[in-house]
Amino acid sequence: MWPAEPKVWTVAEATGRIEDAIAADPVLQSILIRGEISNYKRHISGHTYFTLKDAKARLRCVLFRRYGQAVSFPLRDGLEVVAAGRIGVYPPNGDYQLYVEQVFPAGEGLLHFAFQQLKEKLATEGLFDPERKRPLPAFPHRLGVITSLQGAALRDIVTVARRRNPKIDIIVAPAIVQGSEGPASIIKALQLCNRYGELDVIILGRGGGSLEDLWSFNDEGVARAVYASSIPVISAVGHETDVTITDLVADHRAPTPSAAAELAVPDVRAITGQLNSLYERLCRMAQRRVDQGRRQVMSLAERSVLQRPEERLNRLRLTLDERERSLLLAVRNGYRLSKERLTSLAGRLELLSPLGTLARGYSICQLPDGQILRRAQDARVGAMLHIILGEGRLHAEVQQIHREGSGGS
Amino acid sequence: MKEINWEEIGFEEACELLEEVVRLLESGETTLEESLALFEQGIKLVRFCNECLDKAEGRIRVLVDEGFGPELRDLAQGGVG
Repeated sequence: MWPAEPKVWTVAEATGRIEDAIAADPVLQSILIRGEISNYKRHISGHTYFTLKDAKARLRCVLFRRYGQAVSFPLRDGLEVVAAGRIGVYPPNGDYQLYVEQVFPAGEGLLHFAFQQLKEKLATEGLFDPERKRPLPAFPHRLGVITSLQGAALRDIVTVARRRNPKIDIIVAPAIVQGSEGPASIIKALQLCNRYGELDVIILGRGGGSLEDLWSFNDEGVARAVYASSIPVISAVGHETDVTITDLVADHRAPTPSAAAELAVPDVRAITGQLNSLYERLCRMAQRRVDQGRRQVMSLAERSVLQRPEERLNRLRLTLDERERSLLLAVRNGYRLSKERLTSLAGRLELLSPLGTLARGYSICQLPDGQILRRAQDARVGAMLHIILGEGRLHAEVQQIHREGSGGS
Repeated sequence: MKEINWEEIGFEEACELLEEVVRLLESGETTLEESLALFEQGIKLVRFCNECLDKAEGRIRVLVDEGFGPELRDLAQGGVG
């Protein structure tokens, strides 16, 4: 219907009106279009021009350089793709065209697109922030595994974990790891593990597969459940090249289920070795310190004892050598022993420890407040003393104090 | 030397403490009494760490919830492992 007073438009005005109409349509402003590439041309500026066509229609497309750089596969004529972007008007040519922002191969185009969108969204929300990644426990006792009970992934994880630590407890929360039921099932298993709580670390994963097979691990709900887990999560999805959203949210990422088990479970032999060497150093140092104290006593004895000093000294030296040899022997044997024997060795070594000195007739004299008595003048007549012997204790009363003379006379 | 809260200490912390005890002893800056106390604490830490290593039972179980809360079940015979 014509208006009463028709207006005459310029071409530019009319084109502007068309432009506005297109810009006002939200569907045309964020649209995914599938078609075959033809007339592919790459301009010297780095921008790319092509036409998308199907049996019935053609659509001109422009892919600016900054978007083109992110396209992960080579574009060429004849290729079926899904392009994401907005429809706009180019007034100088009187054209409308698709301003392409992302391009995906047609088969998995939608999945790729969804993946990119979710990845950007969750990154913005901070779900991938490195600061929130938790360290793995130094020595897990209970390893949680979320995967299919039937899959090879579970077998791989169990084999590797047990090789590294035969005593580790493995607790499997079964989940469906492919198909449409996957996400809900994985979320439930993650929540169950967290309600159970007594797990040191969780491996969540499955073996390799197609992009569709791994799709559960690109689910937003799964990503949020991993993020919400109070137990650290290692993701192990597929093979090395497939990065999933779960990989990005998890505290740690392993390329395969076996690698995840290696990451989670420290090699118990290496730890036992470290512990043994610390134990050996501990004993050696304590012994050295006691020997040092004894040498001080002996050098005093040397000065104060006039009768047969050498004989006495030699006897002390012999005792000392003997003790040192047996201690070293015990420690050296213990070094190669299994953990069970290490424990019993700890018992033996305590007998040989400085406290064992008491068993050979020395005693420790303590004041009631626990202070060890070294000089007679520190006690008072009538004070009660605790005397610790090799076996048992005595409570004794001080009757006389002699300030002079050493114990050796 | 710190008092150890054995209820709360973890394996990693115990290992670190043990290293600290050994280093202190090796420094030779402790009195005889302190050395004895350190030695005693060191032995306790070694024992604690060994107990940590032995704590698990090496079992594989399945975690399920059939409406009564989380529950552990033995893996069916002929299963994994």
